[in-house]
Amino acid sequence: MNSENSFKRPALLAAVLIVMIALPLIADATGYSALTSLATRILIYGIAAASLNLVLGYGGLVSFGHAAFFGIGGYVVGILYQHYSLEEPLFGFIPGTNQMLITLPVAILISGLAAAAIGALSLRTGGVQFIMITLAFAQMLFFLFVSLKTYGGDDGLIIRRTNELPGLNMRDKQTVYYVCLFITAVFFALLWRIVNSRFGNVLVGLRQSEKRMAAIGLPAYRYRLMAFIISGMGCGLAGALMANFLRFASPDMMHWTKSGELMVMVILGGVGTLFGPLIGAAVFIVLETTLAAWTENWQLALGFILLFVVLYTHGGVQALVSRLMGKR
Amino acid sequence: MPMRKTLLAASALLATTFTALAEDPVKIGMITTLSGPAGYLGQDVRDGFKLAMEDNKLGGVPVELLVEDDGLKPGQGKQIAERFLSESGVKLFTGIVFSNVAGATVPDIVDNEAFYISPNAGPSNLAGKECSENYFVVSWQNDSLHESAGQLATNLGYKKAFILAPNYQAGKDALAGFKRFFKGEIAGEVYTRLDQTDFAAELAQIRAAKPDVVFQFHPGGLGITFLRQYEQAGLGKEIPMVLAEPSMDGVTLAAVGEAAVGVNVSAHWNTDFDNPANKRFMEAWNKAYNRPATYYSSQGYDTGQLIASALKASGGKLDDSFRDALRKADFQSVRGKFAFGPNQHPIQNWYALKVEKGADGKPVIKTVGEVFKDHGDAYSADCKM
Amino acid sequence: MTLFLEQLLNGVQFGVMLFLMAAGLTLIFGIMGVINLAHGSIYMIGAYAGTFVATQTGSFWLGIPAALAAAALAGVAIEFLVVRRLYGRDHLDQVLATFGLILIFNQAVTMLFGRQPLFVQMPSVLDGSVELLPGLSYPIYRLAIIVVGLLVAFGLYLLINRTRIGMLVRAGSTNREMVRALGVDVRLLYTLVFGLGALLAGLAGFMAGPILAVQIGMGEQILITTFVVVVIGGVGSIRGAFFASLILGIVDTGLRAYLPGLLRQVMVGPEADALGAGISSMGIYLLMAIVLLIRPKGLFIRNS
Repeated sequence: MNSENSFKRPALLAAVLIVMIALPLIADATGYSALTSLATRILIYGIAAASLNLVLGYGGLVSFGHAAFFGIGGYVVGILYQHYSLEEPLFGFIPGTNQMLITLPVAILISGLAAAAIGALSLRTGGVQFIMITLAFAQMLFFLFVSLKTYGGDDGLIIRRTNELPGLNMRDKQTVYYVCLFITAVFFALLWRIVNSRFGNVLVGLRQSEKRMAAIGLPAYRYRLMAFIISGMGCGLAGALMANFLRFASPDMMHWTKSGELMVMVILGGVGTLFGPLIGAAVFIVLETTLAAWTENWQLALGFILLFVVLYTHGGVQALVSRLMGKR
Repeated sequence: MPMRKTLLAASALLATTFTALAEDPVKIGMITTLSGPAGYLGQDVRDGFKLAMEDNKLGGVPVELLVEDDGLKPGQGKQIAERFLSESGVKLFTGIVFSNVAGATVPDIVDNEAFYISPNAGPSNLAGKECSENYFVVSWQNDSLHESAGQLATNLGYKKAFILAPNYQAGKDALAGFKRFFKGEIAGEVYTRLDQTDFAAELAQIRAAKPDVVFQFHPGGLGITFLRQYEQAGLGKEIPMVLAEPSMDGVTLAAVGEAAVGVNVSAHWNTDFDNPANKRFMEAWNKAYNRPATYYSSQGYDTGQLIASALKASGGKLDDSFRDALRKADFQSVRGKFAFGPNQHPIQNWYALKVEKGADGKPVIKTVGEVFKDHGDAYSADCKM
Repeated sequence: MTLFLEQLLNGVQFGVMLFLMAAGLTLIFGIMGVINLAHGSIYMIGAYAGTFVATQTGSFWLGIPAALAAAALAGVAIEFLVVRRLYGRDHLDQVLATFGLILIFNQAVTMLFGRQPLFVQMPSVLDGSVELLPGLSYPIYRLAIIVVGLLVAFGLYLLINRTRIGMLVRAGSTNREMVRALGVDVRLLYTLVFGLGALLAGLAGFMAGPILAVQIGMGEQILITTFVVVVIGGVGSIRGAFFASLILGIVDTGLRAYLPGLLRQVMVGPEADALGAGISSMGIYLLMAIVLLIRPKGLFIRNS
């Protein structure tokens, strides 16, 4: 990273933030009010993809099962809501709730625990085997939720009302957008701290040379597990937000194709960059939406665009843009 | 002179505004599944619906049909609905094939005071507790499909049934629905997988259990796979089968071929129904498309007809008069008699069909009898409108 | 007892189908280090091309060369146009590119053949069942699949252990640089291996036609299972893929056939059925997880 870049970045960041804050107003004024929801989806997927990027880009660990944590986050919100609306405590003693201040931390906690368990086992392998074992765990969870009749099974769980936040009208789409925007901003600030900390440096060092790090006496396994857990928690957060936004949770959220989509977003935007995954999520979702609205054969077009990005951009959309702008 | 000119201009302007108002088409948002293995279902719903339209008019009212593919993803369906609602000003929706997409999408649509007319999915929660006065189902409540199959098996005198369905919600509902109306004994109950490609293990179990009849619910490609393997294992000649209509439509039949001969099906519609509306529909379908008509296409067509009748009555307005007109269901359904129950789901007859060898040697589905008269659903009691 | 034997045969037959897919995938994986998600698409292309020709000509047998040719051509084209640029790139790029290929092929097949599944007429020779033992009759077509699969396995064994190409393949799967250093035309070798893998996938697709549904997305259904086989057997090992396929086929069939019954002895019927189905869906993934935890490189690769 050169000095010019880091000098320019805060200004750029502020500009982007201002646009995002003004977005619902722009959307309403221009008549494209669905833009707000589209942007909400992008923010949520951006959080999930950036979380995945922590292990995938910075840590060099290709996880093909991160949809599991996304789904767990969503189901925490859904299950708590179901017990809240039926007024039956979970396991007989845990009361349900519809308060976002409770559901989000619980979703993060539970998906963190799941990530700890899955990570602890999966990190004993590496390379292609790591890809497959993470996939295996995610698929097991997928089938588990498909066969859970109490929580809707394959049909999913309808959440009639978005979780509540004190003092806010969460039935308003713009409010939900601003809540997501705020959480996204906090999330990326934290992520920035993490990747620029000693922890982040060790993680990148491990990717480049595990031997060198071992020589300094750094336990690779522990660092990687930590990264895996943090990234699982991030995906859980995104899943919980998604369940609130869609007012719906289904096993679909943890299907392997969802893991694949998250990976595609990361790669599209740029692996191992802070904001790359957010850009990738935006590109992917905008493409999917506009192509589907434009032609029935949208998958064909999307396929060719993905191919083009891999074969010709070397490092995703972010790299493409900076090359076009004449930077290195 | 200038005065007259202005008047003329003003009246011309007024006239154009009026015609513009009158010509402004009613937008209909069709969210349906067009990609993936289940893509043909949405395609048939859409194409059947289009047959009900004449010169882009339904009931004499100009309409604009906006079609989008939900890719069988609940989130995608919801997003499309939202865009249609807020950007295109769509107030009338239809098209969803699958219950899970409907579950995520329909509440949003009716909460925004738009109408949703279902051409296929009829999940139980939306028929009962979560029902809405803006939500109509033209097809059936999901359970009726399997209840009618259970009754058909009872009517045919079978005493011992072996039942199978994939291990997901619709599969479990299917077996529960079948058992509700099957009076005999259950020799075996097996849950298969949604991603299963080989049923040999289950077929061996069936052979060992020696039932009178097999009921299985496997929609689309799964059903084709199951029927082929059933026949290849030699079970087709030994143990008869009763199916609900999702496991045996025109497309499934074309893909399975002779292996399907002898299978019993319960259905609310069939290609050979002898009523003027159905004859019109079949003629139009065969003229327009070079593929078998399925019950999805008939439901798409009926949905179009229902909307046409209500638009005609309300003069193109989507208000209370439109809803009242929908409730009357004043149209000629391809299935003959049709009425809405208190939860705005159909009350209709169910029929016994059988796959037989046709005149040209190719198997055809024939209507042979009746299973239920004026059958509604069990959930309307929970529906408080 | 006959029921058990029948289930065992079913397991072997499923395993053999998996092997046809896994053999190509493991070679491509092991030798070129490429994760090819589009392998399932080639399987689909084989099924569609073969079925189409068989239906048009009325001869099942003419479908075979058509399926093989179409699949091999598609494979070589994919290698030449896309995968060739991805050697030595990150696994991630390969995943994204081949994911794109899946979308392209699925949509292209939809546009060419429509959304309706295709019908396949089985030849009368292979239709029906034979009685193997008293009380054990088995579909001829499934027996034929087992025979073809075993023949292919034997042929691959000879190819890999007895020919020069096989030697290079073996060398390539253990040490890629070595082969390059020997001055072998690696490009040609790669194209050949990719074509061979595609050929086998096409064969599997066409053979699956009469017993499965020939439809869009049929490749993705089997793709993930195939990856599981490859990883359990050990990446790059044909022998491993063979045994892992059989193990997986038998375990999967066995779980589906017997687990609900076993559970029913300890709990109520319907719950046992649902739980049994749930666990047997997870079965292969559970098996893979356990294998990898004990032998992180797979069953048939020595841990160095």
